[in-house]
Amino acid sequence: MTAAIPTPALQEELATVEPATITGRTRKRLTSRWASLFALVIAVLWTIPTFGLLLTSLRPEMDIRTSGWWTWFSDPQLTLANYDEVLYGGTSLSTYFVNSIVITIPSVVIPVSIACLASYAFAWMKFPMRDTLFVAVFALQIVPLQVALIPLLRLFVDADLNGTFWPLWISHTIFALPLAIFLLHNFFREVPGELMEAARVDGAGHVTIFLRIMLPLVTPAIAAFAIFQFLWVWNDLLVAITMATGAQEIQPLTARLAELSGSRGSTWHLLSAGAFVSIVVPVIVFVFLQRYFVRGLLAGSVKG
Amino acid sequence: MATVTFDKATRIYPGTDKPAVDALDLAIEDGEFLVLVGPSGCGKSTSLRMLAGLEEVDGGAIRIGDRDVTHMPPKDRDIAMVFQNYALYPHMTVADNMGFALKIAGVSKDEIRRRVGDAAKLLDLTEYLDRKPKALSGGQRQRVAMGRAIVREPQVFLMDEPLSNLDAKLRVSTRTQIASLQRRLGITTVYVTHDQVEAMTMGDRVAVLNAGLLQQVDSPLGLYDKPSNVFVAGFIGSPAMNIATFDVKDGRATLGNADVAIPASIAAKVAEEGSDTVVLGFRPESLTPASSEETGGIPVLVDVVEELGSDAYVYGRPAGPAAEEQADRLRSDQIIARVEPRNAPQKGEKINFTVRQGSEHFFSVKTGERLEP
Repeated sequence: MTAAIPTPALQEELATVEPATITGRTRKRLTSRWASLFALVIAVLWTIPTFGLLLTSLRPEMDIRTSGWWTWFSDPQLTLANYDEVLYGGTSLSTYFVNSIVITIPSVVIPVSIACLASYAFAWMKFPMRDTLFVAVFALQIVPLQVALIPLLRLFVDADLNGTFWPLWISHTIFALPLAIFLLHNFFREVPGELMEAARVDGAGHVTIFLRIMLPLVTPAIAAFAIFQFLWVWNDLLVAITMATGAQEIQPLTARLAELSGSRGSTWHLLSAGAFVSIVVPVIVFVFLQRYFVRGLLAGSVKG
Repeated sequence: MATVTFDKATRIYPGTDKPAVDALDLAIEDGEFLVLVGPSGCGKSTSLRMLAGLEEVDGGAIRIGDRDVTHMPPKDRDIAMVFQNYALYPHMTVADNMGFALKIAGVSKDEIRRRVGDAAKLLDLTEYLDRKPKALSGGQRQRVAMGRAIVREPQVFLMDEPLSNLDAKLRVSTRTQIASLQRRLGITTVYVTHDQVEAMTMGDRVAVLNAGLLQQVDSPLGLYDKPSNVFVAGFIGSPAMNIATFDVKDGRATLGNADVAIPASIAAKVAEEGSDTVVLGFRPESLTPASSEETGGIPVLVDVVEELGSDAYVYGRPAGPAAEEQADRLRSDQIIARVEPRNAPQKGEKINFTVRQGSEHFFSVKTGERLEP
């Protein structure tokens, strides 16, 4: 880029000129001081509840029960007692935290692996009824998962699987697959056909092409979907309480948090601290994997 | 090293009746550089892909050496292919790209490194071995694609318009590089292009295809001097041959006041066909300017003059008394003639051209086939 950088004097002059195009005008409007102020106000408003939650989680139990978090400004008192109680105390969330991890990781890995294989087949292999089957798979997306919950649970009970992690893993996999296959199929499909042909001439079979050519090229898409699936499973409550009812030892964090504030909850001062513990993992996952969202891995393969 | 034989090889795409490649018969010698050329949609790429195993063969057979490869998957054919858009693996370095096939074949790491190194040296790519394709220029990518084929040391090289994404100058230099590289390696090569200049300059032999049918296979000069039908005559040569339908009468071919003497044998053949017209072709260099008094010439009004330094070409249209009829009977829009570059006419001038005796090509009006005197 060799665009000239305007001098300050010129910049001032430019600021008074009305841009000719719509995008130019929009851009100018968006970069004005008032727009910035407006954006700042929205950002602050949106952040206040989270900030309040953070502050609450750090206040002593009695304060939480008797007054709102904003009173902290007149009577500043902070403690880590809630976190201590949440992680190591009698209500120990740490077990549930581990449960959440044990539930989430297979519930991401299994559907993503199956979806990759299925998408590759749907995108690049020829077999009878391929398109019909693909539409059928995607059509499953229409079925609301609430409809499937009870019948599924009965199947699990019949198979004597209830009380283990299997019902959770299997149901999360089932619910994720239609969308996963549809999304990944589109990404697999976008890989230029010449690459496939070049690999075939180079002596690669389907397995080699899948592992050595396709997977590296669609990694950003797989990572993006994996992140969404992770957040979905980690924050899921409905499937968790359905499939893990009465089985305390397999309940995830969300189920436990719901109980803290629920009818039997006498310890709801721990809720805010628990919520923050639960937020930490998704934030870490997002921060570390977000670079996979960046596209452009395909640049340079074929002309251009 | 091996020969390649197409034996009535046919490809019919699903949902169409007309074959994309119709009973192609072609024998390619060991170590030969054969160019498949034709207009777009003529089946040249399809033929190459049939040989590569990327396209099914619906009829006939294809053999590499003595092996029948008609229904073999690409990986068992011992071929290497260079694609039009190179198809480099974007996530691999240049070295990995070139060594990919060897790695799959289970060749040892040292051997891969040695062969990739050799090929890189040959193609001047040594300093780029650790780069990804996106950090290379078009010409370098093209060389990597070549390198990927070379390290395989295959029996046959297949190239599908490998130069069409390069700029004009690079294309000319790469053209000679590929041709000399092929001579040095001595590997049988099938090369597809739509550019007849590429075909003429690179190939030991050139096969001209049109509408899925093989028109003629010959050396570049053979095609130029003795095109076997009207299509080849019009396709080979740049600028193109002038082709028009002439009336045959009393041992002469006439069109308006243009008048060309024809051998008796041609006249006899035309008569034998029961026809009284003949298709006559003459290359731009067969036209010579004549004085205006001379009869039998074609008066041409000059529209454009292309001065190339070594040559000059006149593009014009008939301008004599019978101009309308002549323009109707002409297969192209213009008459093209080569003239003295230092003495080229001006735009708008009128020149009388005569066809140099013995340099005409005659074709049957009915079949389009060449008529030999």
